[in-house]
Amino acid sequence: MTAQTSDVEVRVPAAASGPRLRAVGLLAALVALLVLLVLSLLVGSTVIAPSVIWDALFHPSADIDQFSIRDYRLPRTIVGLVVGMALGAAGALIQALTRNPLADTGILGLNAGSSFAVTVAVGVLGIRDISGYMWFAFGGALIVTIMVLLLGSTRRGQSPAVMVLAGVCVGAVLGGAGSALQLTNPDAFDAMRSWAAGSILGRPLDVVWPVLPLFAVALVLAFAVSGPLNAMALGDEIAAAQGVRLARTRVLAIIAITLLAGGATAIAGPIGFVGLMVPHMARWFVGPHQRWIFAYSILLAPSLLLASDILGRIVIRPSEIPVGIVTAFIGAPVLIALVRRKKASGL
Amino acid sequence: MDFGRRVLVLRRWRIAVRLEWRSVIVCGALAVAVACMAVLALMTGSYQLSPGQVVSALVGGETGLVHDIVVEWRLPRVVAALVFGAALGVSGAVFQSMLRNPLADPGIIGFSQGSYTGALIVILVINGSYVQLIGGALLGGMATAIAVYVLAYRRGVQGFRLIIVGIGVSAMLDSLNTWLILKADLEQAIAAAAWGAGSLNGVSWDQVAIGGVCIAVLLLLAAMSSRPMRQMELGDDTAVSQGVRVSPARLGMVVVGVALTAVVTAASGPIAFISLVAPQIGRRLVRTAGITLAPTALVGALLCLAADYLAQHVAPTPLPVGIITVMLGGGYLGYLLFTEARRRL
Repeated sequence: MTAQTSDVEVRVPAAASGPRLRAVGLLAALVALLVLLVLSLLVGSTVIAPSVIWDALFHPSADIDQFSIRDYRLPRTIVGLVVGMALGAAGALIQALTRNPLADTGILGLNAGSSFAVTVAVGVLGIRDISGYMWFAFGGALIVTIMVLLLGSTRRGQSPAVMVLAGVCVGAVLGGAGSALQLTNPDAFDAMRSWAAGSILGRPLDVVWPVLPLFAVALVLAFAVSGPLNAMALGDEIAAAQGVRLARTRVLAIIAITLLAGGATAIAGPIGFVGLMVPHMARWFVGPHQRWIFAYSILLAPSLLLASDILGRIVIRPSEIPVGIVTAFIGAPVLIALVRRKKASGL
Repeated sequence: MDFGRRVLVLRRWRIAVRLEWRSVIVCGALAVAVACMAVLALMTGSYQLSPGQVVSALVGGETGLVHDIVVEWRLPRVVAALVFGAALGVSGAVFQSMLRNPLADPGIIGFSQGSYTGALIVILVINGSYVQLIGGALLGGMATAIAVYVLAYRRGVQGFRLIIVGIGVSAMLDSLNTWLILKADLEQAIAAAAWGAGSLNGVSWDQVAIGGVCIAVLLLLAAMSSRPMRQMELGDDTAVSQGVRVSPARLGMVVVGVALTAVVTAASGPIAFISLVAPQIGRRLVRTAGITLAPTALVGALLCLAADYLAQHVAPTPLPVGIITVMLGGGYLGYLLFTEARRRL
């Protein structure tokens, strides 16, 4: 397989790197993430000296600059880290589970479920507070996942292709109902257009804490199913022959996806593209190896999110662009350059 | 023992046409349903008519008010829904077959997002007229489709690379659209979003005639390419070995698929989802493995017409047809998936 020279799609691509290079790459990704975390504290619409930032974190006082660090930059950095990790892991899981390179959190209807629930909360119930409607977003994602799982299941097991279509259907119906509500209710439209952009600004940390234990559970599940998912990439029959319990693996993977993607959307709104693009890049670097793909995705996704957020703060200073809008502008050129340069690996 | 499906063979002169009975029956039933739906749509409105009046107006037996209502006011909209629905369905079928992915539609190559971007810029930034809106939408859509195709071109276009480049470009345009809507004045933003949902309001005979001729030609081209389409569904290598020139065939399919969507978008805005869902429903009704064009076109027409009927007459306030197509198509495909799952038990 490694001797392929023609420009055809390689089904089982050789990993771009050996185990040692993979580990080095992982380390580099970790360093990049740490650098971006520091930058996220340093860069903003106002220039604040690093010493003040240090004091704000470790010797708090009532200084106004310290205030803006503690109340704005620190929370958004933490939110970016947490949401990014969740989106990366969810994206990697969804693509492995559905074996579809188009799959992302939007595909299983999760975003549409969250959006519809938030539209109802904002437009019908009049809730205007993020900590009020975040649970609507989470609940919407959860209900949609259960519906998709039921629609895509038979007594013999689930078919990923049918599940994807079921997700599209459920998402479409809810999306249409949501648009109808928004187009007839200008207040809801106004509130939803900013929520739908996806942002990590102005999310108090009390919004993050309750979601963290759920993320922890989901990450453990994700690593637990990565071995079976590797086998399932070869086809259901081969996986079953190797002793993989298909139905259980799929259900566990879907639980993990819902917790991760639902939680991330509840906190930040629908941030597209991160979960779609990062697993692709990881797969091109490490080859079809789920555990490495997860590890890379969990480090690269928050890096992309934080880099986008930092850029969004400085491009039209003193105003800001929400992070959900910037991610695609940073990520898409990289993705296109990569797919043109390398032999793209299918799923 | 399964000896294949029963077929109907028509021989006349030196041509033989081989049709599967199931697909003949399904298409017949769909055509009847489309006709009934059309009569219902022509009857309904603030001035209610009987089926007899509608039919006699159509064959030229009525004069005066009834003739005006049916032929001049209601018929253009009904014909538009039928023709545009069929066009969207077939464009989706072409893309799904070409990319071998049930999620593919002309949105994949960025056309829908690009045309929405063009329209948003005309509405929100330069505050242009309706003609400029159409121009902006077409320009945006075409430019995006060409950009995606060129970016994906590297010694031929491979399906997978086209998908990835399409995702990237579409995602950027989606973001740009969100940003434009976010920064705009609320009233203008709602108007733009309503255009973006697709609507048949104010469709005239002129638009229907021009659009209809273009669509008829394109549908013919699509039907002619259905044989290479089916061979390419088996994989590029197999198709090449059977004498299909894969790259030119693929370019032709992209052009036909995008052009079909472009004609509809120019007249009515981007009506979402028919292109995605009609091929899926069509093949489930006929129960074939691949994509079939005739049932797809009929399903698209029926879906668009029924959705427009619901949007005008059943919804509490008149809505853009695109919102109803999404809900109706999504709901029906969901129901089909559900019954299919039960049948496999």
